[in-house]
This record gives sequence, C-alpha cells and structure tokens, in this order.
Amino acid sequence: MTEAVVEARGVGKVFGSGPDQTEALRGIDLDISSGDFVSLIGPSGCGKSTLLRIIGDLVGPTTGDIAVNGKTPDRARLDRDYGIVFQSATLLDWRTVQKNVELPLEIMDFPADVRPVRAAEMLELVQLGGFAGHFPWQLSGGMQQRVAIARALAFKPSLLLMDEPFGALDEMTRELMQQEVLRIWEETGTSVIFVTHSIPEAVFLSTKVVVMSPRPGRISEEIVIDLPRLRTQDTREDQRYFELITEVREALRREESGVADDRA
Amino acid sequence: MTERDEVIGESGVTDVFAAFEEDLPGGPSNQRGVIVRYLPAVVAFAVVILLWEGLTRLFGVETFVLPKPSEVMTSFLETAGVIWGAGFRTLIEAVGGFVIGVTLAVITSLAAARWVGFREGVLPLAIAANATPIVALAPIFNNWFSITSPFSKMAVVAVVVYFPVMINTTRGLLEVEPGEIELMRSMAASPTEVTRMVRIPNALPYFFASLKVASALSIIAAIVAEYFGGPQDVLGQYIINRANLFQFPDAWAAILVASILGVVFYLLVLGAERLVMPWHVSFRSTE
Amino acid sequence: MGTAATRRHVRSGLSILALIVVFVLLWEGYKLIWAALGWEWPVRPDDRTMPHTWDIFLTLFQPAQRNGPLFIFVEGKAALLTLREAFVGFVVGGAIGFGLGVLFVRSRTAERAFMPYVVASQTVPILAIAPMVVVWGGRLDVPQWLTVSVIAAYLTFFPVAINTLRGLRSTPTNALELMRSYAGKPRETLWKLQVPTAMPYIFTALKVSAAASVIGAIVGELPAGFRGGLGRDLLQYSQQFTAAPEKLFAAVLIAGLAGMFFVGLVTLVEHRWAGRNGLRSYPREGTAG
Repeated sequence: MTEAVVEARGVGKVFGSGPDQTEALRGIDLDISSGDFVSLIGPSGCGKSTLLRIIGDLVGPTTGDIAVNGKTPDRARLDRDYGIVFQSATLLDWRTVQKNVELPLEIMDFPADVRPVRAAEMLELVQLGGFAGHFPWQLSGGMQQRVAIARALAFKPSLLLMDEPFGALDEMTRELMQQEVLRIWEETGTSVIFVTHSIPEAVFLSTKVVVMSPRPGRISEEIVIDLPRLRTQDTREDQRYFELITEVREALRREESGVADDRA
Repeated sequence: MTERDEVIGESGVTDVFAAFEEDLPGGPSNQRGVIVRYLPAVVAFAVVILLWEGLTRLFGVETFVLPKPSEVMTSFLETAGVIWGAGFRTLIEAVGGFVIGVTLAVITSLAAARWVGFREGVLPLAIAANATPIVALAPIFNNWFSITSPFSKMAVVAVVVYFPVMINTTRGLLEVEPGEIELMRSMAASPTEVTRMVRIPNALPYFFASLKVASALSIIAAIVAEYFGGPQDVLGQYIINRANLFQFPDAWAAILVASILGVVFYLLVLGAERLVMPWHVSFRSTE
Repeated sequence: MGTAATRRHVRSGLSILALIVVFVLLWEGYKLIWAALGWEWPVRPDDRTMPHTWDIFLTLFQPAQRNGPLFIFVEGKAALLTLREAFVGFVVGGAIGFGLGVLFVRSRTAERAFMPYVVASQTVPILAIAPMVVVWGGRLDVPQWLTVSVIAAYLTFFPVAINTLRGLRSTPTNALELMRSYAGKPRETLWKLQVPTAMPYIFTALKVSAAASVIGAIVGELPAGFRGGLGRDLLQYSQQFTAAPEKLFAAVLIAGLAGMFFVGLVTLVEHRWAGRNGLRSYPREGTAG
C-alpha cells in the first residue's frame, strides 16, 4: 500500500481582492502516491504553476486542505521533504557547479566533510562529474538544468517539484533531458510532480497526466498513462504513445470548447 | 530595474532623482496619492524644525555651534536682496555652463555613435576623466578666462556637465535592440535615417536622465568653482565669507537659495522631459 | 593571469600612451597654429597662459620651492593627505550605506520610516557647503581632517545605500523561492544569495563615491588655515600663476591622477572579486545557454 505524497481536497486560490481579484484555482482534488510521476498540463492561466507552489508552500491556499507527506505544506517544507527545479536553472553565478550543488547542504547544516562527497555523487547521477569546478556561464542550458536537478536532489528528498524545467531548451536537448529525468527517477525512487506545456512530454514522462483548464483553474481530467515503466526513445514511436497523446489533446480541446460554449 | 535610471554621474545626485521619481504619478489622477504619500514626511520635517528650534533655545546653544531655524529664516528674509542677487549671478554661471556642456556633449555623442574609431578613443577617456576631480581645473580657468569673468566658472560647469551627459547619451544612442537596426537595414535606410528614427528616440530617456543629474551638478559646480576665487557677489564667495566670519545663519540662508535654485532647475528639466517624452514618463509609473 | 589578460593590459597601456600623445599634439598644435595666425580666442597660445607640455612635465622633477624637495614629492605628499581623508570617509560612508541597504531590505518598516530622511539628506548640497562645514568644524575645535572625512562619508553613504538596496532587491524571484524551499534562516538568504547578487551594483556606487570623496576632500581643504592638502596647494599655485604657470598645471595633473588612482583602486578590488567569483564580464549578463 503506497503512501500518499500529496492529498488535496477542495483547494482554491484567489489572488488580490475586490474587483481586481483572480481565481487561480478552484476545487482542486488531487491524490499523488509515492513513486508516481505526475504531470500537470494545461493552457496558460490554468493554475498549474500555482498548484505546484501551493504544494511547495511557496504560496498559501485560500481554501481547502492539502497534505504533503501527511503533513501541512509548511511542515513539509521545514522538514525539507522536497526539492524544486524551475524553468530557469537559477544557479548562483558566483559559485562553481559543485558549490551550487552544495548550497542546500550548507543551509541544511550538513557536515562540512559530507557536502563535497554528496555533491560529487549527485553530479555523477546527472552525468556531469567532470564539471564540478566549472562556473554556470561555461555550461549549456541543458547542462545547467542538470546541475539544478542535481542540486534539487542533493539532500535526497522524497518529492521533486519541477516547473517547466525544459521550457527554455531546444527540442533535441529536451528529449535527451526527458530521458535523463526518467533514469534519475528510476534510480532514486523520488516522486515527481512535473508542470509542462508539452503534451508529448507529459505522456512520455508520467504515470498519470492531470489535465487542467483555466478561468477558474481546475482539474478537468486525470489520464492514467499505461505505458510500460521502462521508457526509451522507441516508446516515442509506440502506437499506444500516440493514442495517449491524442487522448490528452482531446481532453484539452474539450475544455477549450467547453469554455467557448460557456461564453456563447 | 531599468538601466535607464542608472546614470553614470557624480555622487548620489542621480539616485535622489530615481528615488523621488519612482514615487511620481503618471498623471493628474494620482495627485492625491502623492500628497498622502508625502504627508508623513512633510509632517516629520515640520516636527524636526520645531524640535530643533525648541531644543536650541532651551539649552542656549550658541549660534556658531548650531544656528536656530528662526535665525536662518530671519537672515533669509533680511538679506534677501543680497542673496538672491548673488544667486542670480551664480545661476547664470550654472545655466551658461550647462548649455555649453550639454551642447558639446550631444555633438560628441552623435559623432561617437556614428564613427566607431572616434568612439573607441573618446569614450574610455571620458569615463576616466569622470573619475578625476574636475573642479581642480577651476584655478586654471580662472587664470585663462579672467578670474572676474563669469565665463571662468561657466567653463568649469561645462566640463563637469559634459562627461556624464556625453557618456550616457552615447550609451543611449548605442544600446538599441539589434532587431531594430536589422529592420532599418532591411529597408535600406541610410545611417542618418537610422540615427534619426531609431537611435535618437532610444537615447532620449538616457539623455534626460543625465540632464537631471547635470542640472543639480551645475549649481554645485558653479558654487565650488567660485570657491577658487573671483567676484564677491556670487553665492560661493558669499557663503565662504560669511562662514569665515562665523555668521552661519547668513551662510545657511544663502545655501537655502542654492537649494531652491537647484530644485527649480531640476523641475524645469523634468518639465522639458515630460514635454518631449510624454509616453515614457507615464510608462514608468506603471512599473 | 594568462596571455589573454596580459595582452589586454598591454593594449590598455598602449591606448593610454596613445591618448597622451594625442593630447600633447593637440595642445602644442593649438599653440603653434594659433600663434602663427595671431588668434587669441578662446585661450591665448603664449607660453605664459599655455606652458609647453614638456615644461609642465619637467616641473614635476624640479624643486617646488627654492632648494626644496622635488615638486612631485611635495604634491605627492599633499595628494596622499587628501586621499587619506577621502579614504577614511569613503570606508565609513560605505559601511553605513551598506548597513542601511541591508536594514531596509530586511525591514519594510525601517525603510518607510528612514528612507525619506536618507533621500532628504542629499538635498543638502554637501559639496557646495563643504568649506563652510570645515570652518564650522574648526570653530567647534574639530580637527580639520576629521571634518573633511565626514564630508567624504556623507557623499558616499547615499549612493552605496541606494545601490545596495537596489542590488539586494534585484534577485530573481525563482532564486528567492529556491531559498525558501530550503527553509533556511533569513540570514542565509541574505548572505548566500542577495549580497553576492548586489555586488555589481555596490561596486558601481563605490566607484562613483570614490571620485566624489576626492572632490569633497579637495573642496573641504580650501578654507584658509588648512595646510598640506591638494586643495590649498591648488589655490597657492593659482596665485603664483603669473610667475610660474607650469606649477599650477602640474598640480592639477597630480590632482587628476589622485582621483583616477582612487577609483582605479576600487576597480581593481572589483575585478579581483569578480575573478574569484567566476564572473567573466562586468556588468553581469546572466547565465549563458
């Protein structure tokens, strides 16, 4: 019986007040189990990034309940239960790659002799072992993101939050990075919540795709991805893969036309 | 952060304006907001003045240690004719130097934007010169242009004003989106057309930002230049003469005149900016 | 330091040399042409008003006064005195400015309460009133070097405070969220993220303040009774202009070099910091890729 990593009931978020307020999320019910790879996908304004940030206690919900690893989000954050990767690598320019990976370890008071060892281990995991002494500006975008992933996993959290991490990369690098993330997911057994714009990316990576729609942001459908766990470049040419992409696309289209009907 | 607010200038003058203008509204609808925002500061100022007056009286503080605001005010009113006369003469030096310096700076900037060779030679020189105490030229100009002539002070002001305006205007002319230049090229525009239609409008915010710095610097530079000698009926000489006689309230009254002139000059430049670039200022208020 | 850096240094050295040559050519050229054409405007080309560049240069290596030490030593000492006052004020003002910046970024209340005063402090044109402040200080028996240092500090603290605040606030939101996700102490976010981000801004302010401090020091030395600094020496040589014009020019040259030296020092520190922290170009353009 796998434990619940995220349990959300009726979560809502309103930004601002008065006539200018926006309802970013409404009535979110979501369950994510340990070991899942869940993608949140939807058009702009559907609240997927907001939901990710609520899970990470970077934003507070206005209504509803949410439990992360059975605790409140802020407890989970204080317990360092998750690591986060953003669309921009957000590496500190003035630190070497290794020192960047060590950043969370410093803040979390890991002993000084453990830090370099752990950092080296994480860099090996993302296959950047030889770049420990480099500075961020010397690396390509894809490599910087790998460092960001190494950093996010440095303290071995049980949950990884990723906010469109490959959005700034070109298509070829993107596909390679997706493969990398899956490999890391296999090796570490971390649960992953992944926000994306890209339908093929969501289907390729996930065990479950959560389709969201905007105005107000809500979950319209959850699609279970029944592709085998071990996914390779061959999976991208699989029949079932295309069927699932179509399913997700139609789910998104349904919401679009549904919204159009509401306005008609 | 907009790069445009970062003027390479002298002392903290730049940033006072940036700090002040960040609060400025875009239009009449915000005027009430401005008053509300500044009210506490104004009240605090009034309180400080009252306390200052009260405490100096209470403890019988000697004038030479700390003059009372009432004494400064009295002097301000009594010597009005003298200090405003001196202020006028100083203002002429400041404005004259400002005009000369800005004109030369604009001409040089246009040349620097147009010809790379010129730019590579002049720009580093200008940046280095900005690091030197330009007021040290005052005694030279006093000897060259006759110590009694206002032109000797105008020359100092012109040089002081020249460098920040030139450096920043050149930056503005050059830091154009490459896309815009490519667009002009694709339409086979001549270099003059590129300058006129793209570079100059792009440079205007930088230019005006540097003008605001220059306006404040002009008054200060004129006064400082006056300290190196010259006719007695100007603000700088008046201030130092009164100070040497320990007549500090008189000196402060003159400084008050200098501050008022500086603010007026700044507001004039601000007004000119709004006239020339109404779109830019309102854009800034939405940030 | 590799050959690329050495090449760069050689190139700058050559450019400086070239600039000096161009300046000398312009100066002497002006004298020659104007004298030949009998023009007198804007400046008379005679040797009294415009001494030859080589005469000015040679003056550096002649006694400043009859049988006294060489000009370059005398004025060098004066420059050091002036620089010392500027430096003390600069360091103190910089520290105060930095402290204010950090305080304001941590506490919005402190900012709202004190910022108006910080801004208002600059409406007093301290450069314009420097001599008066020095006289005032003298009347209160404050040593003159101290008053001058206070003036330099006054000129420094404001740009440093404003730029520190701006720099600290310029950290990208993602980076702040990252630090929040680590649930560390606010102090860690400040020192590990915000302060390094602010350094380029702080250095910009420091360079401007360095120049301003030197000016403030020179102007502060003008009132009568101050001995040994550049300010008074400039006045003195100005009075001796008819007898020995080269001395004034040489003194101005030294004053200019003093200013450049101080700013150059700050720039050097800036480059060392940037080098040690992996930044290859200044100002930073963000990460590559």
